[in-house]
Amino acid sequence: MADQAQAKAEQGAALAVSIPQTIDLRKRPRIGESIIQTVLFICGFISIFTTIGIVYVLFQESLSFFADPAVTLFEFFTGTVWQPRIGEFGILPLLNATLVISSIAMLVAVPLGLGMAIYLSEYASERARAILKPVIELLAGIPTVVYGYFALTFVTPILRGIFGNDVVSVYNMLSAGMVVGVLITPIIATLSEDALSAVPGSLRQASFGLGSTRWETAIKVVVPAALSGIFAGGIVAMSRAVGETMVVALAAGASPNLTWNPFEPAETMTGHIARISGGDLSYGSIDYRSIFAIGLVLFFITLALNIASRRIVRRFREVYD
Amino acid sequence: MSTTTMNDSKYAIETRAMNIYYGAFRAVKDVTFSIERNKITALIGPSGCGKSTVLRSFNRMNDLIPGARTEGEVLYHGQNLYDPDVDAVQVRRQIGMVFQKPNPFPKSIYDNIAYGPRINGWKGTRAEMDELVERALVGAALWDEVKDKLNQSGLSLSGGQQQRLCIARAIAVQPEVILMDEPCSALDPISTLKIEELMLELRQRYTIVIVTHNMQQAARVSDYTAFFLMDKEDRAGELVEYDVTSKVFQNPADKRTEEYVSGRFG
Ligand SMILES: Nc1ncnc2c1ncn2[C@@H]1O[C@H](COP(=O)(O)OP(=O)(O)OP(=O)(O)O)[C@@H](O)[C@H]1O
Ligand SMILES: [Mg+2]
Repeated sequence: MADQAQAKAEQGAALAVSIPQTIDLRKRPRIGESIIQTVLFICGFISIFTTIGIVYVLFQESLSFFADPAVTLFEFFTGTVWQPRIGEFGILPLLNATLVISSIAMLVAVPLGLGMAIYLSEYASERARAILKPVIELLAGIPTVVYGYFALTFVTPILRGIFGNDVVSVYNMLSAGMVVGVLITPIIATLSEDALSAVPGSLRQASFGLGSTRWETAIKVVVPAALSGIFAGGIVAMSRAVGETMVVALAAGASPNLTWNPFEPAETMTGHIARISGGDLSYGSIDYRSIFAIGLVLFFITLALNIASRRIVRRFREVYD
Repeated sequence: MSTTTMNDSKYAIETRAMNIYYGAFRAVKDVTFSIERNKITALIGPSGCGKSTVLRSFNRMNDLIPGARTEGEVLYHGQNLYDPDVDAVQVRRQIGMVFQKPNPFPKSIYDNIAYGPRINGWKGTRAEMDELVERALVGAALWDEVKDKLNQSGLSLSGGQQQRLCIARAIAVQPEVILMDEPCSALDPISTLKIEELMLELRQRYTIVIVTHNMQQAARVSDYTAFFLMDKEDRAGELVEYDVTSKVFQNPADKRTEEYVSGRFG
């Protein structure tokens, strides 16, 4: 016993010796750190600066557009004809087409995307998930111009075949809307799947423990618990649909047209901007400036959708606190 | 589930040579015991010995774990719960479960209770549902504390209240057996005491099986105690001793049981 104690004491002494006599706590320069910090700051700054620049240009050009005696703010928002050549600048036909096509897109994408999300998070085996998730992400990576031609050369002929060539125009909002719907489905699917997977497993267990089936658990417990996240995803998808350009430019037609009839052609805000800026417009002409006013309206729509989705996500976080 | 006649057997659940696997790993081996009706049976033993696994096998919650598999028989009213024609969903309506961590739904207190009856195809008036909710909450000794705020979220309650809400939710579907996996381990002593009192009351109408790490709790509330231990060779849990609680705690037959209940072990 005594031997052991002595051995321990010796060990302790040996340890004490190995500690350096003075401890250096002085600051030392870390050049790498400050370089990295600067670079990261510049990255952040550039993105903010770009945004500010875009907004500035939008406002600037819109202001000079509205300053023109040929247009008034009131006419711009209430006019039912958009015909720059005859000095008619009523945004309603363009806005209407955007809304009709986005609504059709959401009608397609919400059930499809939510269904995929529920399947992935509540039903799929590990293996099925490992295959399906990359496929969905791949779907999101297809260039939109491909979707546009798909709408024009594949979906439209089918629609015309079903409803008749005299009913469905070659360019129409339904075809464009449906394909935009397919295009935004991956957004809804991935964001909803994130929201569903974030629902604690303990809630599923509680539900199963009460004798629920998988479907009852998914629909009555998991989806309601993830609802705000699903909503937020829906809004992100909606703003993507509103901003989608290529598909509508190719498949929805190139003439502003105020109609609810999805079989008719109608140009959206984005489609119009794309067409006009592609044409030879003289810089500073009123036509040229009009597209900035449309751009500004688009900007406010997506801004509003973004703010809405942020609000909803914030509420969503509170649920699990 | 194929229909079985309600027999007057003394036992609510009987297991016969039950082995439970997670993939290739046998977590529980050769468990044979019978759980008496309207009694509280405690499952005790060191961590990892398979108590939760055994408990979950009683209402087929293990089915939800990929790769989990049960061999042998678990008899409920003479019917093997693992027969191919038995529907796990129906089993869980008869044999309810309360979990370690309180897990109320992010719904109102009222809807938490009403959930079970509703998915069971409940078709009554609103007034009848109100009555059912009240009865379940009274049964779980929670009514007085929440009767004025039934529309508030179940998550707004304290941990102990949440756990009693979960018990109320379980009894609202009128099961015969209630399984509880460490129902008090996340609670303070006062809430624990309340739940223990509640268990003693519930015993009159339900059969209760509880997993606990708290020796005093097992001694206080249970009528029977099953002691499980992990076999050092193959790491599978086995039933070492099963008897009346007072016998297990005061005069155990197995030396390992004595070591465990006296705290010299695990
Ligand atoms: N989902 C699972 N997948 C794989 N193995 C599991 C799973 N759950 C439990 N096991 C294993 O089965 C054995 C028994 O686990 P179980 O959870 O039943 O023990 P326990 O007695 O409840 O322990 P504790 O007291 O810590 O809760 C352990 O070896 C554990 O690692
Ligand atoms: Mg356990």
